[in-house]
Amino acid sequence: MTDGIRFDSVTVAYDGNVVLDSLDLTVAPGEVMALLGPSGSGKTTALRAVAGFVRPASGRVFLGGRDVTDLPPYLRGVGMVVQQYALFPHLRVEDNVAFGLKARKVARGEIRTRVAEALEMVGMAEYGRRYPRELSGGQQQRVAIARALAIRPGVLLLDEPLSALDAQLRSGMLAELSRLHRELPEVSILYVTHDQVEALTLADRIAVMDRARLQECGTPRELYRAPKSEFTASFVGSANLLPVTVGERGVFFGERRVEVRGVVPGAATLCVRPHLVGLGAGPNQLAGVVREIQWRGATHRLYVDVDGHRVVADVPELKKPPVYGDAVMLHFAPEDAVLLSVGVGDE
Amino acid sequence: MSEVVRRVRGGGGWARSSPRPLGVALPPVLILTLLFLYPLALVVQQSFQPGTAYGDVFASELFRTALWTTVWIAVVSTLECLVLGFVLALVIAFVPFPGARTVARFIDVYLSFPSFLITLALLFIYGTTGIVGSFQFLATPWGVLLAEVTYFTPFVMRPVLAAFSQVDTAQLEAASSLGARAPRIIRQVILPEALPALAAGGSLVLVLCLNEFGIVLFTGAKGVTTLPMLVYSKAILESDYPGACVVAVVNVLISVGLYGLYRVVSRRVGA
Repeated sequence: MTDGIRFDSVTVAYDGNVVLDSLDLTVAPGEVMALLGPSGSGKTTALRAVAGFVRPASGRVFLGGRDVTDLPPYLRGVGMVVQQYALFPHLRVEDNVAFGLKARKVARGEIRTRVAEALEMVGMAEYGRRYPRELSGGQQQRVAIARALAIRPGVLLLDEPLSALDAQLRSGMLAELSRLHRELPEVSILYVTHDQVEALTLADRIAVMDRARLQECGTPRELYRAPKSEFTASFVGSANLLPVTVGERGVFFGERRVEVRGVVPGAATLCVRPHLVGLGAGPNQLAGVVREIQWRGATHRLYVDVDGHRVVADVPELKKPPVYGDAVMLHFAPEDAVLLSVGVGDE
Repeated sequence: MSEVVRRVRGGGGWARSSPRPLGVALPPVLILTLLFLYPLALVVQQSFQPGTAYGDVFASELFRTALWTTVWIAVVSTLECLVLGFVLALVIAFVPFPGARTVARFIDVYLSFPSFLITLALLFIYGTTGIVGSFQFLATPWGVLLAEVTYFTPFVMRPVLAAFSQVDTAQLEAASSLGARAPRIIRQVILPEALPALAAGGSLVLVLCLNEFGIVLFTGAKGVTTLPMLVYSKAILESDYPGACVVAVVNVLISVGLYGLYRVVSRRVGA
């Protein structure tokens, strides 16, 4: 079976400083894999190892089943799009898109068709004669995508492609990227981002990276609903992380016994998503004092102090919201609480 | 700024809305005229003295040879400086080797050296009593060419290195992952970015070469007479001051003319 991309214990180090620590990861053909993590987590290094701009100290990189570890970038045939577009400023849009085709010695007649096709795909067909400086940021990024797609790569590498755009454009481009992926179902996409919304929206699977290591890999739903580590829980969506003890008599948060889904022996942290915490009486009740309240239009966000621990609750907009210092009761359903295995996040 | 302008206007109203640049510009213009334009005008005036016809000078074999020698040495030097400067700057900027920064910094220092110093150094190597042996090489136009290329190449490298430091590495990587190898990247990504710098460095070197005096004098090239050498020999050695002025005026016209042409061409290439 041919994979889209496969990392086989890839380690990258600069001057003895390990920036990517034995990464094992496989991206299936046509799959969108998001590499999600904070800066310095090694996600961009992993992408650059696929493109051929960093050389692994050990391990192999495979593209379509072929070992490309020793191939120079120009022989790898991957499409790459970066945050700052990196268009060639002195070339017209159409010549930017044609650049890779000319480098590959594609016949002139075919170049014209494929440039038109690529520009059409990103909705920039009528901008071919323009120079990059005459385009907005979003348009430039579309051209950069068209340029990468024109060479018909089996693998598309996107390095924070939306970070330079403002929020509104970003959500538009997100939709655009999913549409492109539907039109090109055979292209594997490696999408590097620090933005969980982009990862959750676009990715078939998310690889969560932290401190040069792959922490966890799974579908967005798996990672959101049942994270294994504290890091994943707080990086993919927001999370209440409460210290608990798991014993033979059940799970205890302080003196209080809590009902949870699936008891993990040895677990020390309980994760509940803020929007799954309710106000008022119910199962798994927690009494606390309101420390802050924020009105967010459709919801109220409450910061509640429960025995010295902060619990955040996102509740539907309240008619009569509590005020600072009010004693309130919070609750959460047992099936919405997840126990995180100990140590995974702080290895 | 506006305060100064207002004082010049004698106060009253917003200076910026109706500036009078003449008042501010007058002192520098006066100084320029006194120090630069007036002597130049004297030279031009001398060249038109009765008894020194331009025709005589133009007709002389010596002048025509000097004119041709000056132009071809300057043009060829400039072209060689451009090629060599571009290649060397490329290596310093994009091929990582230890000491690349030191080399780049040394170029700045090099620019402050007097031109005859390089010639002197070349004399030690190639001169009649030099290390390599006595080629009678330095006294030929080729010797002048070698000295000028050696001395002026850094004048091209300086602006080109500055342009290279502005080149976005992401563009080079994008080109590379699109399938372009080094020659194509240099031709289609790096060179276009460096064109304005090459034009600037090239036009500077062209003008400097046209007017170079020290190098030609120091190589002891008796057979190589350039226009500045001709001016020198006419004015100082032959005391033919009006004749020297004629050659000087021609020299100035060629400098300005070639420089203007170069700018027009380079602007068209850059657009």
